[in-house]
Amino acid sequence: MENREILLNHYISSPYKKEIYDQTYTKIETKSDSCIDHLHIFLKKENNKLVDAYFNGEACSIATSSCSILLKNCINKNMEEIKEYIENFERMINDEPYDEEKLQEAIVFKDIVKQGNRVSCAYLPYKGLKKWMNE
Amino acid sequence: MNREDFPMLKEDLIYLDNGATTLKPQCVIDKMTEYYEKYSANAHRGDYDISFKVDQEYEKARELVRKFINAKYKEEVVFTSGATESLNMIASGFFKKYLEPGDEILITQSEHASNVLPWFRLANELQVVVKYIPLDDHHYVTLDNVKKTVTPNTKVIALASITNVIGDERPIKEICEFAHQNNIFVVMDGAQSVPHRKTDVQDLDVDFLAFSGHKMCGPTGIGILYGKKELLEEMEPQNLGGGMNESFDNPREIYLKDLPTRLEAGTPNIAGAIGLGRAVSYLETIGMDKIEAYEKKLRKYAMDKLISIPHLDIINIEADGGIIAFNVNDVFSQDVAYYLNKYKVCVRAGNHCAKILNQETGVSNTLRVSLYFYNTESDIDSLVELLSNKEKIVEEML
Ligand SMILES: Cc1ncc(COP(=O)(O)O)c(C=O)c1O
Repeated sequence: MENREILLNHYISSPYKKEIYDQTYTKIETKSDSCIDHLHIFLKKENNKLVDAYFNGEACSIATSSCSILLKNCINKNMEEIKEYIENFERMINDEPYDEEKLQEAIVFKDIVKQGNRVSCAYLPYKGLKKWMNE
Repeated sequence: MNREDFPMLKEDLIYLDNGATTLKPQCVIDKMTEYYEKYSANAHRGDYDISFKVDQEYEKARELVRKFINAKYKEEVVFTSGATESLNMIASGFFKKYLEPGDEILITQSEHASNVLPWFRLANELQVVVKYIPLDDHHYVTLDNVKKTVTPNTKVIALASITNVIGDERPIKEICEFAHQNNIFVVMDGAQSVPHRKTDVQDLDVDFLAFSGHKMCGPTGIGILYGKKELLEEMEPQNLGGGMNESFDNPREIYLKDLPTRLEAGTPNIAGAIGLGRAVSYLETIGMDKIEAYEKKLRKYAMDKLISIPHLDIINIEADGGIIAFNVNDVFSQDVAYYLNKYKVCVRAGNHCAKILNQETGVSNTLRVSLYFYNTESDIDSLVELLSNKEKIVEEML
């Protein structure tokens, strides 16, 4: 699939986009300082592993698709693997050597993060997930 | 009008975010550079020529602003860092002393954060109550609704003269007249009106007025607090320090200078004040009435075209200020702003610091086009063309 199509699919019809009221999920809020993006992420952990995740909120196409791809790539990973995954993504946005393969669909952000003002949108869900992991 | 005065407009930029800040004409930039290059000394230290010159220029700027808003006395014009600081000074410097538990402050849900949070703070500190004047169907404030909301406990009404999201103009003069009959003070947040039309504080009879220099062709970091002299006399300086004291020996013997210096502690933003003075005379040369008429005409031109685009949801078809708030159906406002940015069109997406307005309009985020006199029909044509094709917006927003 073309990058644009991947983004659009995750933006318009993400299977992970819904509000969760189940108390066994932890709700994390992540808000941008520079724009209006505001995501809530619902995460369920069992035995050190992320077993299920959803998100909702008001955010632009980039933040939304980035969140959807992030959750898709992290479900069924343990905490160490998620940490590694996030660090790899951070290396990409910081223009450091990174592993393309491991990013899977998140590689679509490779060029977007070069458009200065949209880096923070793509990174917003990562900020949220990191907050959860440090809690 | 006057596009050639603005260096930023030499680039092919379509700047439609004048509610956030305006571009600066060369004359303002030059005036500030002149201070830094020719007489860059401190103020209030006139022991040598260049410092004397600073005082002259600084006070000349104050006089220009006084005339611009038709204040009675120069002492009523205080330089601050902007509308935000002015509003905080009004709330914490004057009303904190004046209000008593149970007193009521009236604002609306379409105020900017800077005219909400300083009052919320008083509500927490003093057990006073912040109440909202209900808006009518077009989100307007009517004198009738003001009258209905006022109670014997109402002590202050604080309103933007023009709001920054809807662009509606409030009947400040009528509100002042009614308020004063009932011993209520009126605070006017002029951030979005002073740059766009004539302001006459004596005619309006407002008690306090706040506005920012950067939204009226002036520099950032400078703004004005206007207050009636007898009220400013009662204002508690929020900052104490150099420049504003007459003498001090011990904590019980501190003597402060007269207005307005008493309220301007520390080395002021000298270049900013001088730059604002220049901006004010620049605007006067063009003519505030002319600016207002031009913006109204341009807004109508824009609205006539935008309204025929079926996928636009326009929030404020009517408005008095040059502000248009809208959404492209089913597309997040910020994505549209990014799309427009690709074509060098600057508009703002968001809630525009009016975070309680969504309780009123049911819409939390919009795109906002805000005009100034240097915008043209051709700017509008480009905007309309870019917005008219929804497929293109969705195609290119990513
Ligand atoms: C209505 C209104 N009031 C107050 C302000 C605050 O102005 P400043 O940020 O310059 O202090 C603004 C700025 O957007 C505004 O639009």
